[in-house]
Amino acid sequence: MNTSTETGAGLPVDSRGAGIARISGARVVYWSLRRELWENRSIHLAPLVVTAFVLLGSLVAVASLPHRMQGLARQDPARLHAMAIKPFSMAPAPIMLTTFLVGMFFCLDALYGERRDRSILFWKSLPVSDRTTVLTKAAVPLVVLPTIALVLSVITQIVMLAVSVPVLLGSAVGPAALWRELRFFEGVAIMVYGLAVHALWFAPIYGWFLLVSAWARRAPFLWATVPLLVITGFERLALDSWSFGYMLQYRVSGAMKEAFTWSRGPVGEVDRLWQLEPVRFLRAPGLWVGLLFAAVCLVAAIRLRRNREPI
Amino acid sequence: MACIEARGLRKAFGATIAVDGIDLRVEEGRILGLIGPNGAGKTTALNAILGLTPYEGELTVLGRDPWTERDLLMRDVCFIADVAVLPRWIRASEALDYLEGVHPRFDRTKAEGFLAKTSIGRNSKVRQLSKGMVAQLHLALVMAIDAKLLVLDEPTLGLDILFRKQFYDSLLNDYFDRERTIIVTTHQVEEVQHVLTDLMFIDRGRIVLDCSMEAIEARYLELMVRPEHVGAARARGPIHERQLFGRTIMLFDRADREQLSAMGEVRTPGVADLFVAVMEGHPAGAQGAAS
Repeated sequence: MNTSTETGAGLPVDSRGAGIARISGARVVYWSLRRELWENRSIHLAPLVVTAFVLLGSLVAVASLPHRMQGLARQDPARLHAMAIKPFSMAPAPIMLTTFLVGMFFCLDALYGERRDRSILFWKSLPVSDRTTVLTKAAVPLVVLPTIALVLSVITQIVMLAVSVPVLLGSAVGPAALWRELRFFEGVAIMVYGLAVHALWFAPIYGWFLLVSAWARRAPFLWATVPLLVITGFERLALDSWSFGYMLQYRVSGAMKEAFTWSRGPVGEVDRLWQLEPVRFLRAPGLWVGLLFAAVCLVAAIRLRRNREPI
Repeated sequence: MACIEARGLRKAFGATIAVDGIDLRVEEGRILGLIGPNGAGKTTALNAILGLTPYEGELTVLGRDPWTERDLLMRDVCFIADVAVLPRWIRASEALDYLEGVHPRFDRTKAEGFLAKTSIGRNSKVRQLSKGMVAQLHLALVMAIDAKLLVLDEPTLGLDILFRKQFYDSLLNDYFDRERTIIVTTHQVEEVQHVLTDLMFIDRGRIVLDCSMEAIEARYLELMVRPEHVGAARARGPIHERQLFGRTIMLFDRADREQLSAMGEVRTPGVADLFVAVMEGHPAGAQGAAS
C-alpha cells in the first residue's frame, strides 16, 4: 500500500507550515487503523471468543491424548501421527474462518455505516484523503485480521503444547513423540502461508464488499450477494450452464486447491512444508484475475467515497 | 488575499439547480453569515467550498481547488457540517488521540482546556452525551485546530438557547482573531447578527445581497411611522412594509435618515427583518428560478 504521498509530506509545503508538526503518511495510516479497531471491536473480540472456545475444546482433547496415543503406539505410525497432531492442526481453522467472516462483514459496513450515521462529514473534515481511508479499511481484512488470526492460532497451539507436556509425561508415550510428530515451527510456517494465500485469494471478495458498501444506499449485504445469486440462477435457467456458480465456488475454495497439495493419508490435511505450492499458486490465473478485480473495486470505492454524502 | 474566490459557481442535481452561477469573494478575517431559506443552496455552496461535492465554474479556497485537494485543504480548513456528526462510538479521549495523530495543526492542550470548561468526561462516548454536549465537544476539537477558515453549517440546530449563546460566545472570545475567516449558516439569525462582519443572502441558488454589516447600517433604515405620516413615508418608496402592534414599520434602502426621522422613530433593521424584506421584495430571485 503506497500512501507515502499522503498529506503531501514529500511535497514542498507552504511557507506557513514552518512551526507546524509534520505528519507522515505512515502516522496517518497508523491512526486510521487504530480508529477502525476502536469502532469495530469485533475485529479482535470475535476471534478472541472463538479462540477461547477452541482452547476449551482442545484441552478436553489433550487430556485424553495419552490414552489414545498409547493404544496406537505400536500399531500404525501413520495413524499415530494423525492422532497426535489432529487437535493441533484443527485448532486454527475456526479462528481463521472467524477472521474471514469478520473481514467480510467489516467491509460491507466500512463505507456504508459512516454515511448512515453521518460521521462521514466529520471524517471528511480532517486532512485524510479518501484513498488513505479506503486503503486502510481494505488493510483490515488483508493485513490486520490475518495477523490477529496468526497470533491467536500460535498462542492456542503453545497453550495446548504446554498442557500436553505434563499430561504426556505421566503416560507411557512421553512428550517427545508428540513434539516429533507435531513439528511446531513447520506448522507456524504453514499457517503464515495459508493466511497469506487466502488474503490474496479473498481480496476480490473484500474489494467487492467495500465497493458495494461505498455505493449502496441501503442493505449493502443484499446488494453484495443477491445479484450474484440472480446471475447464477439466470444462467442455470436460460443457458442450462453453471459457469458463474462454479466461478463463485472457485473463489471461495480455490485457494485451498491451488496453493496446497493435499496429503493422501488417512485424513486430508496440510501439515508438511512440501505440501505448499507457492509456484503453482502464483501461476494460477484465478489469483491474478481476482487481484485485478479487487484493484478495480478499490479504485471505484475511492472515487465513490469522494462523491458520497450522508444517507 | 481572498480566502474564497468563486466565479460562475454552479451545481445542478438533475433538473434542479442548487447553485446558479454565483460569484463570490470572501476576504480573510471576516465572519460571514450566509442566510437563506431552506433549499436556497447554502449547504450545496458550502459543500463545494469544502470539497465535498464536484461543481461547475471556478472556485479556489486558500489558493486550492477544493474538489481535487480536499485532504490538503483540510489542514487549513475546519468545518462543522451539522450538529451531531461525530461518530457515536468515539470516546472524547479517542477523538483527541485521533486528531493529534492525523492533524498537523491540532493542539491537544488547547482542546483539553476547552473540554475542562464543560462537563464532558474524558471517557464518555458520544452516544452517552446530550446533543448540546456533542456540539461542545465538536467545537472544542475544532477550535483547537489552527485553521485559516472555519465553516459552520447550522452548527446549533436543535440546541437550546443557553448552548447556542455559549457556542457563539466561545467562538468569538476563544477563537476568532481577525486573521481567521468564519462562515456560518443558521436560521437563528438574531443570535448571530452581532457576531457577523459580513452578510450574504442567498435564494434559489443566487446571491441576493452581499454586504458588510457597516454597509448595511449605512444603507438600510427601519422607520416606525407615526400614523399621520404613513402616506408620506410610503411615497418615499420603502422596500418593505409591515404592521406591528397597530404601527406601520417600513424598511428603506438608501434613504435620508434626517428626513425619515421627521416621520417617526428610525433605527437600523435587524437581520431577520431585512432578510424578510429582501426576500419578499426581490423579484430577481424568482426570475432566476424561472429562467
